[in-house]
Amino acid sequence: MNGNGKKHAISLYVANKPGVLIRVSLVFARRGYNIDSLVVSGAHDPAYSQMNIEATGDEKTLDQILKQLNKLVDVVHARDNTGEDVIAREFALIKVNCPPEVRSEVLQVAHAFDAETVDLSEDTITLQISGESHKIDSIHTVFSKYGVIEMVRSGKIIIARGTRSTS
Amino acid sequence: MPTTLRSGAEVLVDVLHQEGVEYIFGIPGGAAIPIYDALVDSPIKLILNRHEQGATHMADGYARSTGRPGVVVVTSGPGATNTITGILTAQMDSVPLVVITGQASTNVLGLDAFQEADVSGVSFSIVKHSYLIKRAEDIPRIVREAFHLSRTGRPGVVLIDVPKDISSRMIEPNFSEAFHLPGYIIPKEGDLDRIEEAAGLLAHARRPVLIVGHGAVISGAEKAVTYLAEKLQIPVMNTLLGKGCFPETHELSLGMPGMHGTAYANKALAACDLVLSIGSRWDDRITGKVSDFCKNAVKIHIDIDPSEINKIIQVDCAIIGDARYVVEAISAIAERGDTGEWLKQVAKWKRDYPLKYKKEGKLKVQHVIDTMYKLTGGDAIVVTDVGQHQMWAAQFFPVVKRYRWLSSGGAGTMGYGMPAALGAQFAHPDELVIAFVGDGGFQMTQSELATAVIHKLPVKIVIANNHYLGMVRQWQAMFFDNRLSGVELEGNPNFVKLAEAYGCKGFRIKRPADVRRILQAALDYSEGPCIIDVEVEKEDDVYPMIPAGATLDEMMLEPPKINMQGK
Repeated sequence: MNGNGKKHAISLYVANKPGVLIRVSLVFARRGYNIDSLVVSGAHDPAYSQMNIEATGDEKTLDQILKQLNKLVDVVHARDNTGEDVIAREFALIKVNCPPEVRSEVLQVAHAFDAETVDLSEDTITLQISGESHKIDSIHTVFSKYGVIEMVRSGKIIIARGTRSTS
Repeated sequence: MPTTLRSGAEVLVDVLHQEGVEYIFGIPGGAAIPIYDALVDSPIKLILNRHEQGATHMADGYARSTGRPGVVVVTSGPGATNTITGILTAQMDSVPLVVITGQASTNVLGLDAFQEADVSGVSFSIVKHSYLIKRAEDIPRIVREAFHLSRTGRPGVVLIDVPKDISSRMIEPNFSEAFHLPGYIIPKEGDLDRIEEAAGLLAHARRPVLIVGHGAVISGAEKAVTYLAEKLQIPVMNTLLGKGCFPETHELSLGMPGMHGTAYANKALAACDLVLSIGSRWDDRITGKVSDFCKNAVKIHIDIDPSEINKIIQVDCAIIGDARYVVEAISAIAERGDTGEWLKQVAKWKRDYPLKYKKEGKLKVQHVIDTMYKLTGGDAIVVTDVGQHQMWAAQFFPVVKRYRWLSSGGAGTMGYGMPAALGAQFAHPDELVIAFVGDGGFQMTQSELATAVIHKLPVKIVIANNHYLGMVRQWQAMFFDNRLSGVELEGNPNFVKLAEAYGCKGFRIKRPADVRRILQAALDYSEGPCIIDVEVEKEDDVYPMIPAGATLDEMMLEPPKINMQGK
């Protein structure tokens, strides 16, 4: 079921209660759908949480998953935002090999991507970056030349444009 | 100390009483003692079981025969995990159950305390919803929510896990705190455009059929379905759990379709040009090979659960709503199509391919069930276990009213029948309750015989005793070259003596000639439960049969002449 589908950006508005995350993730697990990224945060109203889930798979399975998510008593609503007009952003920290001889070059590239330096050591630099997921992918590619020691990504968060509410 | 203070357990039992609970089924234990203590002063009747699985099936039988939630109270750890099979059984068949489990105290939760089991964690995927109560003040709201969730929409199981310190804490209860279920929507009326579309499709169909399922039973759609079928002159088939929604004695009835359904239902299903499912979920026991199912027919699906739409079968028209309201709305506007030729064809199939069995020779289960039907005029609540006898009961015991056929369909739980029959008898003390069980399934929960005897429940327990796990033997014979493996039940007890050991009456039937007389004697016995041990033909097979995953055209009416291995 994985690998033959496309990436979906699913957003959920759920009751802020213990156990909700398990119920949600079980729906994916039962259908063999792998979760690529998952972000949970408190909603504007503290009684609720927002969930942003990225998952890969086929449309028919996703349709069933969305229905089963909406069937959960604690899920107020769940929807697939793929292809919708939404603002999607991701945040990442990236640690790059950065010995003195390439430092100015690395900093130049970092500047070009609006990356902010958050840590610097003798041989490494750690940058914080944000933007659309493909921008973070390309930053990773560009810095590979110097050697990426590690990168930690937040997972995608999305919000609807204009007056429409996200989910 | 103000006198309005009550323990969490007392408040819990107060709310159960307010919810109209008559019976509680269960077994106590350390973490449930506060709740059992509160039951001492409650008008709710406590039924002490012998195993928690039996308790859940008993509550399930109560629920299926009344439409009201069955209630189970058990202790933590093994008490709670023993309910899991019963929870699955009820949830798979949309049966309302509220299962209350004791739990270790909140301060030791997750620390492997004595008799601690993370029962919510264990049961997440087999309940409609569940609660772990962390504040005693939440008890009234949660319990009321649980009942609401359990019985409304698509009914199901709600589990409430109650730590011992919560049930012991003294609180000033607030019984009027509002529900808070913003994510819970109960569909009812159905979309009018889709209803009109469905009515139009029905009017144009030449060879339509209706499939009525458990959803139609739950919604109380019997009158609406009968009116629709009669007005539009459409043949009706009922699923295993749909028995009782449309009289199987009706001339438009085709009985049950599917793997062991009637030949005429399956022939009609294979030839129809429109199929309308009313609260049935296109189970694989009905569809067989999904890609070939009713290939050229228009498919319409009425269901209260949106997640059932297009789950198995892609439909042309879906109406999300309560079956009764939707069917009433459709029949109000639908015009009768030209179904005359079709009805003739279907009637011919009914004449040409009747269900049959031999009354001579070795004693057949079908003979026993058929005779029971004739002796009672069908006026009984029939409960089955799971296996061959279940299919024969579905074939040979027509049901005309809802709540009078109880059988584990989705889960196919062996051990369900006898305790569920006791639950139905508790709910309907003046009705005849018959349990058809196999020798295998009966022994899985036979300890509940004690419950039947203590309460003098006059249930007739008919054991189709073939000393085999018969359905598995049939599959091994048909598809595995008769390499029998793990199916012979050697060492069965003498069920008549077993009955006597419990203080229960026992009958035995060994010959076809004795069936009528001994069944009548069992029906006349009214002192309490009785077992009728029926020594039946050891190696009989259920037909018609459509092998798993095959198409409706591959139905076998009698044993195949060829080796089915690898099918």
